[in-house]
Formats: sequence, structure tokens, C-alpha cells
Amino acid sequence: MEYATLLQILDSTLRLATPLLLACIAGLYSERSGVFDIGLEGKMLVAAMCSGAVAFYSGSAWVGALAGIGGSLVFAGIHGVTAITFRGNQLIAGVALNFLASGLTVLVAQYLFGQGGRTPPLEGAARFNPITLPFADMVKDIPIIGSFYHEVISGHSALVYAAFGIVALTWWVLYRTRYGLRLRAVGENPAAVDTAGVSVKGLRFSAVMITGVLCGLAGAYMATALQAGFGKEMTAGRGYIALAALIFAKWRPVAAMWACLLFGFFQALALRPDVVEAVVQVKVPVPFLDALPYVLTVFVLAGFVGKAIPPRAGGEPYVKER
Amino acid sequence: MDRLPRWADVALVPLVSLLMAAILSAIVILAIGQDPWEAITVMVQGSLMSAYGWGYTLYYATSFIFTGLAVTVAFHAGLFNIGGEGQAQLGGLGVAFACLFIPWPHWTLALMGAACGAALFGAAWAAIPAYLQAKRGSHIVITTIMFNYIAASFLIFMLVDVLRPQGKMDPTTATFPEATRLPSFNEIPGINLIFDKGVPANVTFFIALIMAVVVWALLWRTRLGYQIRAFGKSEPAARYAGINPTRIIMIAMLISGGLAGMMAINNVMGEAERLLGNSASGAGFIGIAVALMGRNHPIGVVLAALLFGFLFQGGAELGLWTKIPIELRTVVQGLVILFTGALDMMVRMLLTRIFALFRSNRMEAA
Repeated sequence: MEYATLLQILDSTLRLATPLLLACIAGLYSERSGVFDIGLEGKMLVAAMCSGAVAFYSGSAWVGALAGIGGSLVFAGIHGVTAITFRGNQLIAGVALNFLASGLTVLVAQYLFGQGGRTPPLEGAARFNPITLPFADMVKDIPIIGSFYHEVISGHSALVYAAFGIVALTWWVLYRTRYGLRLRAVGENPAAVDTAGVSVKGLRFSAVMITGVLCGLAGAYMATALQAGFGKEMTAGRGYIALAALIFAKWRPVAAMWACLLFGFFQALALRPDVVEAVVQVKVPVPFLDALPYVLTVFVLAGFVGKAIPPRAGGEPYVKER
Repeated sequence: MDRLPRWADVALVPLVSLLMAAILSAIVILAIGQDPWEAITVMVQGSLMSAYGWGYTLYYATSFIFTGLAVTVAFHAGLFNIGGEGQAQLGGLGVAFACLFIPWPHWTLALMGAACGAALFGAAWAAIPAYLQAKRGSHIVITTIMFNYIAASFLIFMLVDVLRPQGKMDPTTATFPEATRLPSFNEIPGINLIFDKGVPANVTFFIALIMAVVVWALLWRTRLGYQIRAFGKSEPAARYAGINPTRIIMIAMLISGGLAGMMAINNVMGEAERLLGNSASGAGFIGIAVALMGRNHPIGVVLAALLFGFLFQGGAELGLWTKIPIELRTVVQGLVILFTGALDMMVRMLLTRIFALFRSNRMEAA
């Protein structure tokens, strides 16, 4: 394989890993606080529709992203009220929200634009456009490193860089702040946190809301950066891949980044079956590449690659002792 | 907290949940500038007011009975099987193999063979997540979600690279032989007096009803069913009573997967008569809503499946005759799952309070 082809694939790896990464970190907050969230997919989808529609009306990708976050927060709020306030089944709530999102987004987009459930194509400032990083043009002729910087690192939209910044921020919040310590504690042993005089419900709600904000960014990225507008079911299972990555990473932020990059790499490969064929010398069916993240996750879940142990209090509503 | 009377718990809670889902759906329809009353009229007209409409409603209901029962059996063992969709797709593959590669002399034999094939493939697809849950402690919800996606990819591969007839472009199998054709309602003597036009509902409907009875008998009239329910209620208690957890998880999931797979004799063998991509078309997921709505009892599942059959056929009519997109049915499906599955505590609290109010009023009157 030529170096230029590799750079192309790594470039699309970064682009495709970003929505996974944002959704994965989103899920990390919720699940670390003890609220399982299989509704990442639905929140991303709602955010994609909201940001696509508002970006079209306002002509600004940033306003669109805010709308996406707003839409995602509404769904996160429903999840929180259901799972925390009414102590409902968190998994079933997630499934329900995914269906709601899948239907509502098409209904609203069809009502607003009448284009078969899509939003109109976005252009110009209504999209997050590529940013050329400093010196990228200067160093592009330097072999290996320079072209890597120019082709792979530079030339992405703001949200891509934001996503990697959020990984660092999340690491810091989780392991270096009081909030992070409490968040991890409430997912393992809520009774202890309660005894220490910290509100379990409040902590969990805050985590679920952070999940909403990050899923909002993930959806906005889908509709206004990766593609130009919202399309029916456009997240195409990415919420579940993000969930898989979260398990793969054993609920840790930096490992989550590597997992998402790996799964993004698989998605990039699935777009270039010709390259895969040239490298392994055998015809690899595309569906096989599509299924790889899921198969790998099953292997991780099975404990063949180190054991993935979820937060201990995950999935169980907390009932205060009386 | 006061407890609800049994009749209210069994009948009123799901009905109130359904009512709430219906009210919210009406609000959604209003919000997109349409008339909810017109919508319900179109839905009832198109699915319940003609034999033709019933032919579709019952066809959809048949699939939902299978997937609803599948979720029900797993629920009773305390397992949430979201993998019905993948298991149903694999069931379709089992049907395709049975119909394409075995020369059946008559449809009755073909039906039995295909049902076995479908159940076998569906069960096999559920077996791996079940084994991982039982032996390695991997969460069944996550593994079954993963297996849905793996199944979808696997089916695309099978249809495009293996089963597609030479020289055809569409990723489908060849049409099944004539001998495997299942009689539709308009071809069954007696029933064809009502159904004069060709409808997709077929003999599989009766198989679905039989399976509902079988599942009821299994869960409430056999030792195995008792063990499954005991295990689902309390694993430590069941373990103490000498029930083997691995055995129960495996058996419950195999039955669940087999039931989900058997759905394929309705849509793949009875209707399409060949295996198409995405053949289950969401019925596996609707099984979750059906099981929750039906309170995990076969009678409830059959009733809920009829309701969702109505919703599915009615929703399709909406897409045809009104400006309301067909996706409305996905919204209703989500709302029903939300209210019956996740917010049942809220509904119950609400009803308990109303009942308490009535009681105190009566006491004051006395």
C-alpha cells in the first residue's frame, strides 16, 4: 500500500471516529454514574435533525449545534426522569427513546421541509468547514511527518478537535476533580455517596445531562460536518458502536479514544474494500468489515481480552433507606 | 403505600399507559399540523373495516405474536432479549435453506420442515449470547444488540455472495418452489368466504396461536416453566433450590431465539416466498413493545400483537392517504414502550393515589 493511500484512510478514520468518540464519552458520564444508556443512538439522531434544520434556517453551524444540544438534552431529560425519578427500567427507557427519535425526526423534518424526511442540503457557514492548522501548508512537502500533519492532522472541522479536547477534559474531570470522584463513586456504591451527604439523584441527573450535551455535539457533527444535512436514520447504528467502544475501553476516557479510533479505522476500511483486498491478498466481503466492531466487542465482553466490568451499581435505581 | 386491586394491576395499568401513549401521539399529530381524528378514522378504515384490511392486520399480528412470545419467555427468566430482530433474520435464513434445498412433496411437510429450520437458526443465534451470559457474565442486552448488527451484516453477505442466483442483480434468494407455498386466508376453505381478495395473512397465524398456548403451558404448567419463572424472580433463591442457572439461561434463550426465528415462516415463506434483505423489518423490536404491553402473558401478547398489527397496517394507510408519514407508527411504538415498560411505576403511583382518594371518600360517606 502506498503511503498516500494510508494517509487518506487515516484521514477518514479521524473523521469517522469523531461522532463515535463524542457519543462514547457521552455514554461514559451516564454509565459511570450508574445509569445505563442504550439511547445514545436516539439522542444523536434527534440532535442531527435539530442541528440540520436550525443550521439551514439560521445559516450558522454554531447555532445549529446549540439546537442539536437542546434537542438531545430534552431526550436526556426524559431518560433522567424515567430512570432516576420514577426508577424505571433504564434499558427499556433507552430502547423507547431510540424508537421515539427514529420516528419523530422523520415526522418533524417532513413537516418542516417536505423532502421525504430529509433537511435541505447545507452549504457555506451552515456547515462546520475544514480548518487548516498553522504551518500545515508550509510543512506539507516534508516527507512522512510533514505530509502526515498536512493530510491527517490538519484539515478537519472544529468539532473533530473539540472531541479530542473533550477526551483530555474528561480524563481530568474524572480523575482529578471532586466531581469526578463522586461520579465514579455513585456508579459503584451510591449508598456511600448518600451517606457522605451528596445527592445521588442530583449527581446522576448532572451526568445524564452531560451525556445529553455530548450526544448533541455528536449529532450536530453528523449533520453539519460529516454530511451536509440530516437524513433519515443517518446515525446508522453509531450510537451502538459507541456503546461497544465504551465497553471495549472498560469505561475509561483515554482507552475510549483508542477504541473509537480503531472502530473508525474499520469504518474507513469498509469504504475502501479495494485497499483491503490489495493488502491481505484475499477478497474480504464488505459486510465482514462492517461487522468487525461488533464481533470485537463480543470478544471483549466474553472476557477474552481482559475482563470488562461495568460500574457496579449500573442499571439499578437508587432507593434511599428510610 | 396502598396496593392496587389485582384487576387494576392486570388491566387498568396497561390501558392507562396505552391511553397516555395515544394522547401524546395525538399531540404529535396536531403538532405537525394534521388532524388526529382523521388519522384514527383512516387507520380504523384501512385495517379493521374490511376483510382485506384484516388480512394485513392479522399478517402483521402473526409476526408480532412470535416475537412478543420470544421476549416474554426471556423476560420470565429475568433476561432482556433485544436480539429478536437478528434471531428473526437468521430464522429467515433457516427457512430459505429448508425451502430451497429440500424437495418437499406438500406444503404441510414443508411448513413443518421450515418451522424447524427457522427455530433452529434463531435458537442458534441466541445460543452464543446466552452462553456468554451464563458462563462469562457478559450482559445479554449488549451482546444481543451486537448480534443484531452481526446478523444484518451476515445476511447481506449470504444474500449478495452466496445465495443470490447467477446473473441476478437483486440481493435476494431465488423464489421458493411451488410446493412450499403456504395457503393464504383467501385460499383456505371456509375462511375464504370472508377473505375474497388476496391477502398476506396465511396459515402461520394459527401456528402463532398454537405457540401462544404452548408457551402458556410451558411457563405455568411444567416443571421447567416453574424453574424459569423462579430463576427470573430471584436468582439466589433459585440457586438455593437446586436450579442450575446455566441450564435455565441457555434453555430460556434457546426457546426465545427459536420463537423469534419462527416468525420467518410468516414473512419469508408465507408472504415474500424468497429471502429478502432486512426481512424482519423491525418486527423483532416490536416484540419488546408487544411483550411489555401484554404484561408478559401469552393472552396479553396475542391482544397486544393484534393492537400492533392494527397500528402497523393503519400506519401504512396513513402513509398512503394522508400527509402523516408512515414513521408515526415508530413514534407510537416508542411511546408504548416508554409508558408500559419504563414509566409503569409512574402510572401505578398515579392510579394508587386515585384509588386511595376514592377509598377515603367512601369512608367519609359512611
